[in-house]
Amino acid sequence: MPAVTEPLALYIHWPFCLAKCPYCDFNSHVRDRVDEARFGAALRRELAHEAARVGRRPLASIFFGGGTPSLMSPDTAAALIEDARRLFDPAPDMEVTLEANPTSVETSRLAAFRDAGVNRASLGVQSLDEAALRFLGRRHDVGQAIAALEAARAIFPRLSFDLIYARPGQAEAAWRAELRQALALAADHLSLYQLTIEPGTQFATLHGRGDFALPEGDDAARLYFATAEEAARFGLRSYEVSNYAKPGAESRHNLAYWRYGDYLGIGAGAHQRVLLEGRMIATRRHRAPEEWAARVERGGHAAVEEEALAPADRAREALLMGLRLAEGIDPARIEARSGVPFAEAVDPAMLAALLDEDYLAWTEAGRLRATEEGILRLDALLPVLLR
Amino acid sequence: MTDTPLDLIRNFSIIAHIDHGKSTLADRLIQATGALSAREMKEQVLDNMEIERERGITIKAQTVRLTYPAQDGKTYVLNLMDTPGHVDFAYEVSRSLAACEGSLLVVDASQGVEAQTLANVYQAIDAGHEIVPVLNKIDLPAAEPDRVKQQIEDVIGLDASDAVMISAKTGLNIEGVLEAIVTRLPPPSGDASATTKALLVDSWYDAYLGVVILVRVKDGFLKKGQRIRMMSSGAVHTIEQVGVFKPKLVPTDSLGPGEMGYVTAAIKTVADTNVGDTITDDRNPAAEPLAGFKPSIPVVWCGLYPVDADDFEKLRESLAKLRLNDASFHYETETSAALGFGFRCGFLGLLHLEIIQERLSREFDLDLIATAPSVVYKVHQTNGEMFELHNPADMPDGSVLDHIEEPWIKATIMLPDDYLGPVLALCNERRGQQVELTYVGARAMLVYRLPLNEVVFDFYDRLKSVSRGYASFDYQMDGYSEGDLVKISILVNNEPVDALSFMAHRSQAERRGRQICEKLKELIPRQLFKIPIQAAIGGRVIARETISALSKDVTAKCYGGDISRKRKLLEKQKEGKKRMRQFGKVEIPQSAFIAALKMDA
Ligand SMILES: Nc1nc2c(ncn2[C@@H]2O[C@H](COP(=O)(O)OP(=O)(O)OP(=O)(O)O)[C@@H](O)[C@H]2O)c(=O)[nH]1
Ligand SMILES: C[S@@+](CC[C@H](N)C(=O)[O-])C[C@H]1O[C@@H](n2cnc3c(N)ncnc32)[C@H](O)[C@@H]1O
Ligand code: SF4
Ligand SMILES: [Mg+2]
Repeated sequence: MPAVTEPLALYIHWPFCLAKCPYCDFNSHVRDRVDEARFGAALRRELAHEAARVGRRPLASIFFGGGTPSLMSPDTAAALIEDARRLFDPAPDMEVTLEANPTSVETSRLAAFRDAGVNRASLGVQSLDEAALRFLGRRHDVGQAIAALEAARAIFPRLSFDLIYARPGQAEAAWRAELRQALALAADHLSLYQLTIEPGTQFATLHGRGDFALPEGDDAARLYFATAEEAARFGLRSYEVSNYAKPGAESRHNLAYWRYGDYLGIGAGAHQRVLLEGRMIATRRHRAPEEWAARVERGGHAAVEEEALAPADRAREALLMGLRLAEGIDPARIEARSGVPFAEAVDPAMLAALLDEDYLAWTEAGRLRATEEGILRLDALLPVLLR
Repeated sequence: MTDTPLDLIRNFSIIAHIDHGKSTLADRLIQATGALSAREMKEQVLDNMEIERERGITIKAQTVRLTYPAQDGKTYVLNLMDTPGHVDFAYEVSRSLAACEGSLLVVDASQGVEAQTLANVYQAIDAGHEIVPVLNKIDLPAAEPDRVKQQIEDVIGLDASDAVMISAKTGLNIEGVLEAIVTRLPPPSGDASATTKALLVDSWYDAYLGVVILVRVKDGFLKKGQRIRMMSSGAVHTIEQVGVFKPKLVPTDSLGPGEMGYVTAAIKTVADTNVGDTITDDRNPAAEPLAGFKPSIPVVWCGLYPVDADDFEKLRESLAKLRLNDASFHYETETSAALGFGFRCGFLGLLHLEIIQERLSREFDLDLIATAPSVVYKVHQTNGEMFELHNPADMPDGSVLDHIEEPWIKATIMLPDDYLGPVLALCNERRGQQVELTYVGARAMLVYRLPLNEVVFDFYDRLKSVSRGYASFDYQMDGYSEGDLVKISILVNNEPVDALSFMAHRSQAERRGRQICEKLKELIPRQLFKIPIQAAIGGRVIARETISALSKDVTAKCYGGDISRKRKLLEKQKEGKKRMRQFGKVEIPQSAFIAALKMDA
């Protein structure tokens, strides 16, 4: 096993939102009042607890996700960033991302977040179409979204935003137009998600009883290719299934997940994976915010599940994440991160068939990657390829 | 307890066409004689198998012993046998008839005589039965008792002037049925002092009692502790328990002549209990066995395979236990390239096949795949040898084949005149030859010779749909004739699936081949690769379809919090793949084959 030189990525979860969006299955909760001091303190305590466990290491990125972390006070964010800088060895160009919703309240505080140490914003714009925003149950309109983007662009060196497409009845031409408008707003990074019906959401109920239908199969595939085409015209390259960036502007934090790097996850419902003494320890925390805080207050952390993953599981995880990336996987790294030689992690006959079908390809550098056609079918490809 | 004088015993079967109300009448007779309390009573109480209750049909004949104080002041013992109505379970009926002296012929007064009414009543006449016609469902506004009486006289040739008019549902005139049983049906004959002779009518496996056998005593007695001998196998056992059906099993000291009841005797070997066998006393055996039953001859065969190869032994044991309870079902081991080790099983028809499959999966918790049903062909080879082909996969290649004979049936179809046109068209499309067309009022009785092969393939469904459910159907085997038959192979991803190959008349080959290819195209989910599906005769492709590759299947969002969930999903998908068959690089869910194989059942 290689020594613990793997830099860390730190995820911090803020589990509150102003309202629950009908498509969303994230661990987010709506509260009339949030005891900011209490949750801030608990986050800091859990961070300290995990830092003591994993030891001092290089820290490459911090990501405030949610929920809606832009509802958190910038002071809380500042304290957490400061703690992290003290507990770890921050990389000189450490990436610190904040997810923000484009409501005016949040936009007004963006500068304070920059002062706290945030250097990258990820805005949940979701659409540049008023009707679509209403359908998605968003609390902002197109005007506010654009204002937020402009403000964020002026404040942060790096900017990304999210759009949800393949919405009911969305025609390819309309999506291309909306996307072009978005690309013109000059972000260096975009997350473009096809709308997914997640079990247990309000949309699952509506969709289940036939209130609306989504583009599927060939239509969804066409929209997907159109998306990559439009992004490419503006110099944004598809580097992951749903993520597009100018070269060098990729989200370093999210790349850590896809490259199966070590990451800490702090906060309600957060997940964590760290290689400790050759064992990949997977941790999951209590999802209910108040219970999570109570547990942290009692014992320093709120892990509800913790296990050392078996080598075969690690190989599967490393591959299922890595093949989402355009750069693909490095067989040597798969072995280093899982302890399973690459050749044993995949079914050789299926690997050959998938290469033959041009769903997979070897790069000159000896990496295995899914082609555009392969990525499009990744969920079907993985169970066939992996052992 | 069972030293009832013979003249106070009546043994009778209830026979009828499907759904004419046999089991409901049995309910009323059980109730009227107080055999079960109101609390124990439920509709069609004798249909105790789960499948019988779900489908509302009787599959197994059932026996109950009733006591009835008649109007003549004497108390009678009535042994009632409720029988199934469907043609596939005719063997149950024939065995019940052999155990009785009389029958109640139930006819639905709104529907009249149907195909199985005829088939069953002729069997009863052949068995020498006294027959009491019972017109049921006279509560229905559509009931036409007079017309139906006339029909019974015209079509069956039975005097229906004294037919008992009842409603089994409302309980109207059940007393009339009971009186007819004691006054019009004959008592059994038998000799109490002669050596023991009892007919083995049925057997089954009971979790507490082990093998239980249903007997009809002809002469002498069966007693606890007695050493008995099975005359055909020579096997000897000591009786542990004898008793009667009330309808629960109630032990008695002995069973005397003319009686029906059960025997347990620590029987371990299933082969020791052959229905139709004669049971006698080991120390004082009878010289001659009773007449017994004609063995049943399966007309439809198919392969049954465990989905999980490890279940093969369990399947073998389960088949043995089922066979104990169903002598009309046959099986032998076979192997298939696509499906592994399994059994070739013979049935009396498609419903029988379906029921056995269901019972195996429910009662024995087995997951099975069944291959396409096939009839038995006689294959004549150029060297003059002939063999019986039970499995299309065993067809020899063209060079050694001389000719093939296929089984034909004589079918009786009864239907309202209005539907005659489409039914004739259906029979002709299936290569039928009309034998007879007669009328009873507005009802036509059509007799056709048909190749059994054509009936096995979705004939019932088509008949039902073209006649809006008004046609009834019965058949008997009617010899073999030469036919222009070919074997059609199905290839998935260019590999033959032996379990899907089937025989068909050359004139039907293309249509049938296309049908199954289309069906498979619908059933096989799109995958990573495109999948060609072909039907071929020898090397010649007669139909083809292509399943195109799936177009998009990828999770949009997958971050640090999603990894565990994704991996677990992946593990589940891999687990699911164990249920798939590999054809080169494509995997086909077994459920698709099963559904394709079911399409004509
Ligand atoms: N209206 C009316 N319906 C009846 C009468 N007798 C039976 N039925 C109904 O007819 C249907 C069939 O009754 P069963 O007693 O199951 O018929 P069966 O002859 O035993 O049927 P198989 O065993 O499948 O051949 C049921 O829905 C009964 O409720 C009757 O006298 N009047
Ligand atoms: C944690 S959420 C964003 C956080 C932030 N609260 C917001 O709503 O802007 C990350 C992104 O996932 C995307 N997303 C969430 N649920 C989705 C779904 N069901 N289908 C597609 N995209 C979804 C949205 O674009 C969302 O911005
Ligand atoms: S999409 Fe964002 S704002 Fe909406 S409920 Fe989910 S986390 Fe909260
Ligand atoms: Mg019945």
